[in-house]
Amino acid sequence: MFSSNLSNFSQGVNTAFIVILGIIGFFLVGLTAVLIYFIVKYRASKHPVASQVSGNTTLEIIWTLIPLLLVLGMFYFGWVAWKPMESRPPRNAMHIKTTARMWNWSFTYENGKVTDTLYIPVGLPVALDMEALDVIHSLYIPVFRIKKDIVPGTPRLTWFIANSPGSYDLFCTEYCGLQHSTMITLVKALPGEDFEAWYASLDTTSAQSTVQIAPPASEEGRKLIKQVGCTACHTTDGTRLVGPTYKGLFGKTEIVITGKEERTITVDEAYIRTSILDPNKDIVKGYTKGLMLSYGNQLNEEEIQKIIDYLRTLQ
Amino acid sequence: MSSENHSCQSNYLTFKGKYAGVWGWLFSTDHKRIGILYLYSILSFFIAGAFLGLLMKLELIAPGSTIMRAQTYNGFFTLHGITMIFLIVIPGIPAVFGNFFLPLLIGARDVAFPRLNLLSWWIYILGALVALSSQFLGSDPPDTGWTFYAPYSFRTGTNMLPAVLGAFILGFSSILTGLNFIVTIHRLRAPGMTWLRMPLFPWSLYGTAWIQLLATPIIGITLLMVVAERTLKIGFFDPTLGGDPVLYQHLFWIYSHPAVYIMILPAMGIISELLPAFARKPIFGYKAIVVSTLLIAFIGYFVWGHHMFTAGMSGTAQFAFSFLTFLVAIPSAVKVFNWLATLYKGSIHIQTPFLWAASFLFVFMIGGMSGLVLGALATNVHLHDTAFVVAHFHFIVFGGVGYAFMAGIHYWFPKMFGRMYDSGWANTGWGLFFSGFLTLYFPMFILGMKGMPRRYFDYLPEFHGLNVISSLGAMLMLFGLAIVLINLMRAARRGAAAPDNPWGALTLEWTVPSPPPVANFIDIPTIVTHPYDYSILQPKDLSK
Repeated sequence: MFSSNLSNFSQGVNTAFIVILGIIGFFLVGLTAVLIYFIVKYRASKHPVASQVSGNTTLEIIWTLIPLLLVLGMFYFGWVAWKPMESRPPRNAMHIKTTARMWNWSFTYENGKVTDTLYIPVGLPVALDMEALDVIHSLYIPVFRIKKDIVPGTPRLTWFIANSPGSYDLFCTEYCGLQHSTMITLVKALPGEDFEAWYASLDTTSAQSTVQIAPPASEEGRKLIKQVGCTACHTTDGTRLVGPTYKGLFGKTEIVITGKEERTITVDEAYIRTSILDPNKDIVKGYTKGLMLSYGNQLNEEEIQKIIDYLRTLQ
Repeated sequence: MSSENHSCQSNYLTFKGKYAGVWGWLFSTDHKRIGILYLYSILSFFIAGAFLGLLMKLELIAPGSTIMRAQTYNGFFTLHGITMIFLIVIPGIPAVFGNFFLPLLIGARDVAFPRLNLLSWWIYILGALVALSSQFLGSDPPDTGWTFYAPYSFRTGTNMLPAVLGAFILGFSSILTGLNFIVTIHRLRAPGMTWLRMPLFPWSLYGTAWIQLLATPIIGITLLMVVAERTLKIGFFDPTLGGDPVLYQHLFWIYSHPAVYIMILPAMGIISELLPAFARKPIFGYKAIVVSTLLIAFIGYFVWGHHMFTAGMSGTAQFAFSFLTFLVAIPSAVKVFNWLATLYKGSIHIQTPFLWAASFLFVFMIGGMSGLVLGALATNVHLHDTAFVVAHFHFIVFGGVGYAFMAGIHYWFPKMFGRMYDSGWANTGWGLFFSGFLTLYFPMFILGMKGMPRRYFDYLPEFHGLNVISSLGAMLMLFGLAIVLINLMRAARRGAAAPDNPWGALTLEWTVPSPPPVANFIDIPTIVTHPYDYSILQPKDLSK
């Protein structure tokens, strides 16, 4: 658990873990042994008369000073391993804009590529310029030993260098509501040339979405709803999540609540467009208002049309 | 003080005052009856909270949805947290044992302000009802977690305002109890009981009372700001209104971290009473324990930032908060060393309260030492908001407060109810509870190390095995708990009559009959010795 060296911060953090766990392990075992030894040795049946010792100043000083030195040592190891995480990223770092929202991640690269999986080159510093759109999220890549809260309204930055190619978990660790535990994606660390090849290619999404399940005409729409995170709340198979399912949505008759009024509508292009751009205007009865934000700044007209084309296919 | 005198006076359980029946309890200003009122209310909430915890653990026994939906799970961990923190561990030991035993331990007839004391209980019940109403009234039960972090708490469609208001009201109960205890300790100690002749449980209540008095108003103001923000749209914390979510975290933890010491100091006080009683010798390093109690209460104010190491504070603040966090570990370590030294060359009577106290030492050491892993910056970044943190604070809060509470109830039960419990069943329950506790929480340390985030309804398959062990531990622990509680409830009705001093302990509460008379003492005793001066007793008096 503490020998992997997958990022530039791993070693320092591992050393801090080993030092601290070593010291507390020693004390825990030692003190527990003393506790059990005293209880067994001085139990009333073997030791009927207690000796009336009530204190010893020298001992008090010793067991204040020794822990003091040890905790200062532990503090030091924790601090030196943490300092580089807070330092500025190297100048040659590749910046990736990271957007967190309930409940998905999206990564925008300098060349305009947008993905739902974090692709990074091995051996090069990567800086994540992070923003949260709705509530606090926290970006956590356990094997890289990094974590940073992303507070809405404040840009946050974290950086690292991946040491070996591989596929690693990336979690949200700040509780962010209903689907918090599904706000997971992967970090794909690729060797330099593989990364270059991927970076230059048109493939924008993750390995997760390579299975062909929709007709090619609406393929782009299918990728888009995954990429911007619609599927965190809306399914395509009829299951109910936070929002209504997309299956059989087109042409369906729904009761919606506009302001405080109930009205009956038929789902058409205009309704879907409104729901993407102004999601809280007409809420389908039985669903909660205020959970979805407008996607107006994330999707252009062309992309919205592709999504509509895709939704038509889900009958 | 002859026993004849005592028998003329009815004990507090059977006393007939102005009101009869249940009203004689609900309107009683007798500190002992109020202590019992708190005991029953807190135990009821605890059983409910523990059951919620069990349901959460059952949900986590397999990945995916097992017995409930995500919304239900999120509501459960919120309610579990609110109940356990605000309704149980914060008032917990001071409200139950502090009320019942503080006057007895310092040789007083009651607390300084008996009516205020009763009012505190009524406010506590009101606060609890308001907090719990969020489950039944309005929209869905709150799903924000007990921390109510902004801005999620403003965006959720659930009914979080009553929960916040409830916590606000409960704060007043806490403040008034603290104030009452401070005045009681200053003004009502028996003649001859100088500060350094005062037993250690009152000392710990004294340290706690100051934290209650000084820190609780901050959470009160913060929660009012939340209410103002939600109802009047004044931007304090919500970024869409121009507020700062991190400010909320600061204000929340300025109270909620010292609150950890409100919980743990009285627990330490109980342990400091018990160990001398069962080792038949003075507490080792009385003054060191007193000083460390006050130091913990003081330094504990300045470490709240360690809850926010990943929130984006300045580097200087991180450095300072980590450093102070390590400093507060020292007085706690000093206490552990003194407790162990108290056992050295003692004559240890291994009875139920002692088993709880000894296991307290073990779980408290694990809880405290895992806190050091979290206090160091680099390791904190990896572990923050993972299952490791959940394991850590359950070892400290549940391990610390829970075990001390159990030690206390098994120690003072004969005095409170005038009856003895069955020690065979009590020890069996302890053994099952202790094994279940370790099986439940220890795997969560490893899960956290491996990177499993907390507040997770669902998890990746790699975390499955340890979660299964943890869930089985939860069942075992609750089974042990059921045995312990049923044994005590049975004893309260049908146990054998208890002697005045079943443990051979020296503090003043054991000099009065079991259960104590309404006025506690016929004549207020005059104190001439140190509270744990076991040398004055001959060996024959010490055997029970």
